Amino acid sequence: MNTIADLIAKEEFFAGLDQSTLEFVAGCGRNVRFAAGDRILTEGEPADTFYLLRSGSVAITFYVPGQGGVIVDTIGAQDVLGWSWLFDPYRWQFDAEAREDVSAVAFDGVCLRTKCDGDPQLGYSLILRFARVMLKRLQSVRMRVLDIYGSGPLN
Amino acid sequence: MALALSTETRVPDAMVPVPYRVVGRARETADTVTLSLEPAAEPIATPLAGQFNMLCAFGVGEVPISVSGVDQGHRLRHTVRAVGAVSQRLCAAEAGTLVGVRGPYGTDWGLESAFGQDVIVIAGGIGLAPLRPVVHELLRNRRHFRRATVLVGARAPEEMVFRGEVASWQASTRITVRTTVDYATAAWKGEVGVVPTLIAGVTIDPEVTTVMICGPEVMLRFTAAEVLGRGVAADRVRVSMERNMQCGIGRCGHCQLGPVLICTHGPVFPWSRVGPLLARREL
Repeated sequence: MNTIADLIAKEEFFAGLDQSTLEFVAGCGRNVRFAAGDRILTEGEPADTFYLLRSGSVAITFYVPGQGGVIVDTIGAQDVLGWSWLFDPYRWQFDAEAREDVSAVAFDGVCLRTKCDGDPQLGYSLILRFARVMLKRLQSVRMRVLDIYGSGPLN
Repeated sequence: MALALSTETRVPDAMVPVPYRVVGRARETADTVTLSLEPAAEPIATPLAGQFNMLCAFGVGEVPISVSGVDQGHRLRHTVRAVGAVSQRLCAAEAGTLVGVRGPYGTDWGLESAFGQDVIVIAGGIGLAPLRPVVHELLRNRRHFRRATVLVGARAPEEMVFRGEVASWQASTRITVRTTVDYATAAWKGEVGVVPTLIAGVTIDPEVTTVMICGPEVMLRFTAAEVLGRGVAADRVRVSMERNMQCGIGRCGHCQLGPVLICTHGPVFPWSRVGPLLARREL
């Protein structure tokens, strides 16, 4: 049977971590499943977890009065869901909903923060990984701001 | 006495449009239509996938429009977005209207050179129009290729061209099709995000992969960067360029990009040739 450490060792997000560090981090993780349509995160609620998706798809949404939930991003296998657990005030900024059945590893944010506080090298290594994810998402948002499908010749 | 035109001043045949009649007009999005055109005289040569024609709205002007389909009986399909005087007139053309067609011009996608390989087609916005014949070819001659993947991006679901057709491609098990938009409501079942972000989810074997990309220049740059980042060589990445093409035959120079003329050396180029040019701010 695969342990959490075995599972996360295969994920790109944790690539490069040695076995003992993987096991140290895995101590904060557990397997979870969501059915299509399940709410995973709710805006304003305490952010105490982050998810490493192993399969399935999740929509990150923002509630707009009159429009309902507007999808601002979709993520899938190998993606990370949630980083508000890292920063004060530790509240989710968006909603997230499973679009299809999802399996993931859920990490206890308080557990991880405590381990990172006690092991700055681990903290730095994890922060770098989250920064890479954030950079990717930021670049995606910048491309949308540029309206990359919109420009063209004026004939 | 009638004044004879000298050889130098005679209008070359290449500049004389052939009359075609609009026989169908399908609305794709709020500002884009696909026109079906049938020859009202001797038809032009059959265009290859990726080539373009100059379409003339008589009395208004001409614009380069890529060919989005060639049907039986020399029927042409052109997908036109209303962004200026000429394209607005073309978009408004009712069935029976005569338009002028010159062409076909430029280079094609060269799909035959990808036989036996993986093909990834990436389209942004109306950039799906010149790639539509490629997708048709992938479906028609599926056994000639290994994996076939089509990635389509648009601002919003209602701004995706050929929506019904894309849905039928998705329903087919012969090719993999993924769609994405910049924003959507819960009714949207595709992805949300820009089209380059879909590339991460595609299995790429760089040595045997040919990538074909079409969309606005900004999209081309981001998408090509993502593909190159996955190890695909620049000469395996083909892009269709669009610049200010006025004559279509390499005489006026309006579409010049450094040492290349988009209308005759392109519009389909290997990224190895145009990528470095697009990175130069002076061009």
